[in-house]
Amino acid sequence: MSLLRVEHMTHYFGGLQAVSDYALELEPGQIKGLIGPNGAGKTTIFNLITGIHTPSEGHVYLDGQEITGLRPHRIAAQGLGRTFQNLALWRHMTVLEHVKMAHYSRIDYGLVGAFLGSRRRRVQEQEFTERSRELLRMLDIESHAEQLVVNLPYGVQRRVEMARALATDPKVLLLDEPTVGMTAEELRQMIEVIHLVHQRLGLAVFIIEHRLRFVMELCQEVQTLVFGRVVAQGEPEEILNHPKVIEAYLGEDWED
Amino acid sequence: MAIIKRITSSLAAWVAATPLLAWLLGALAAVLLEHGVGRPLADLLGLPKVPVLFGMVLALKSPGLILSAVAYGTIIYIVPIVLITRLGAGVLNQAAAGLLRLNLSASVVIHLCLLYAVLHLWSDISDYRVLTLKLTLIAVMLTLSLNVINGYMGEFSCSHPGFMALGAYVTSVFTVAFFVKDKLFGPPLLPPELGPYFFPVALVLGGLAAALGALLVAIPSFRTRGDYLAIISLAFMFIVKSAIENLEVVGGARGLRSQPDWANLPFVFLVTVLCVWVINNFVNSTMGKALNAVRDNEMAAEAMTVDTRRTKIVAFMFAGFWAGVAGGLFAHVLRYVNPATFGIQRLAEVLAMVYFGGLNSVYGSIVGAVSINLLGEALRPLELFKWIIIPLLLILVMIYRPTGLVSFKEFNVRRLVSPKTPPGGDR
Repeated sequence: MSLLRVEHMTHYFGGLQAVSDYALELEPGQIKGLIGPNGAGKTTIFNLITGIHTPSEGHVYLDGQEITGLRPHRIAAQGLGRTFQNLALWRHMTVLEHVKMAHYSRIDYGLVGAFLGSRRRRVQEQEFTERSRELLRMLDIESHAEQLVVNLPYGVQRRVEMARALATDPKVLLLDEPTVGMTAEELRQMIEVIHLVHQRLGLAVFIIEHRLRFVMELCQEVQTLVFGRVVAQGEPEEILNHPKVIEAYLGEDWED
Repeated sequence: MAIIKRITSSLAAWVAATPLLAWLLGALAAVLLEHGVGRPLADLLGLPKVPVLFGMVLALKSPGLILSAVAYGTIIYIVPIVLITRLGAGVLNQAAAGLLRLNLSASVVIHLCLLYAVLHLWSDISDYRVLTLKLTLIAVMLTLSLNVINGYMGEFSCSHPGFMALGAYVTSVFTVAFFVKDKLFGPPLLPPELGPYFFPVALVLGGLAAALGALLVAIPSFRTRGDYLAIISLAFMFIVKSAIENLEVVGGARGLRSQPDWANLPFVFLVTVLCVWVINNFVNSTMGKALNAVRDNEMAAEAMTVDTRRTKIVAFMFAGFWAGVAGGLFAHVLRYVNPATFGIQRLAEVLAMVYFGGLNSVYGSIVGAVSINLLGEALRPLELFKWIIIPLLLILVMIYRPTGLVSFKEFNVRRLVSPKTPPGGDR
């Protein structure tokens, strides 16, 4: 059975059908892409999978267990990490605090421990700190650990989001346009980072992306979404020459 | 200009090189001096009595005595503090380092004992000082607990006087019914000698009642934020107030009196220290930092496994609990409460202390509560103008430091009691 499976997912916002009969099978270690013109419903699909919205119809399974309708923090704790299209960082927190926060579901010192500063709490906070620093080191941003995120360059902020998502200990990583607004140099670095987490941690990755070069380089399989409906699915080369895809992108600068 | 610059930089160097221990010992010397020669010195300077609040009240009441008041303040307070911090800094830095090496907790306890000694001796001069000090400590608890919701979690809650009222009434009913002979509740149900031992229990009960009330505000906060939650919480405050006004069992609008005199200074001080310690512990844990995550981006918090509903419930109930405890102490300090005390004016006061002192900060809450409280007392002779000066100050702070005087500053106990070595110093 696939690691992440979506069956017959349909969603309405009021009378508007935003997503219709969407299906997905993501295998362990696979990198899959989701492309489509603006407003096609790509982010909505992410929000439906991660529980920010509950799908009107359909089912989502993670590692064999149904997660449809669970609250987002439960879904995240079961192993679904994500990043956001418009960076969703916490502006008054440092980089290290960001990554530590993503350990929340593993806190076991309890409220009393938090109030009174128990030994268990000291030990566990220390564990969180060490693990967080390890992730920051892996993504090459440990030198920024004590800085507030708002003071950092954009490329670093993206990596902080990535480190934070990895700290939730995900089985599947959902990346919502990880390269939007990036320079060519930052783009190249991001590709390396994704390769790194894919190879080192063996995660399955599902990416929403606009830049086709990026998709071509990373993804083993691509879905194309137009008006909430998957119109084409397959290997990247195949997809790029698919008539429906060309039609959807016509007029857009899709050669990048 | 150059002179001013030099003065400020040498002042800053002086402050940077002085450990907390030296400040406390300096203050101790000052209050001891006041005990010894305060009275005769006041007579000598032609002051009618020892100036109670550093001469501020006196200076406003009879401006002719400003010079004498300033002289008194200089001789009694400034001279000993300056002397000890300047001359003793070296030795005391070593002492602080020694204490810290010994044990952090021991060092903290010693610092707290010194602080208590200073406060005790200072307030010993007059009952007015004792009362002001107790109310200031209670204000610190209120401000800090409100800061948990409004600062750390970034919701705008207006129900704090309501929580305080719940705590004040539940605590008072408990102590009055069980340990006091009273018109309302008749003879005491338990021997009054046992009373003081049960006072902490009464306070905890008051705190729990307030925490339950806070739960009622926390639940709507799952879906509403900002203005709407502010209105809901305001409504809660009014509901509590009018409910008590109409409850004749606890005295209705006339209020409830004859609370026993158990809230003495050491007890209020201890509870305040406990409150600051527990709240500071909480907001520095990953669990407590979840409040900041909810404030800065709730959706991201959920996506990073933070249970935001639980976080909100905990924050509201925790803050409510301490507001209730503060309310219980408040009732026993004044030994009388009525529902009118817990209205919009109290709300304005607490909010002012939070936003003046600084959001998301333990230091800020202490600074806000102490300065607004003392200022309120000091400016009392101005009567109506007091309510022009304090809001004006608040407006200025909001313009120049929109998040308050000392906001977003971590309260680090170890750093606080550590020795201070000036940069490039030879110690």
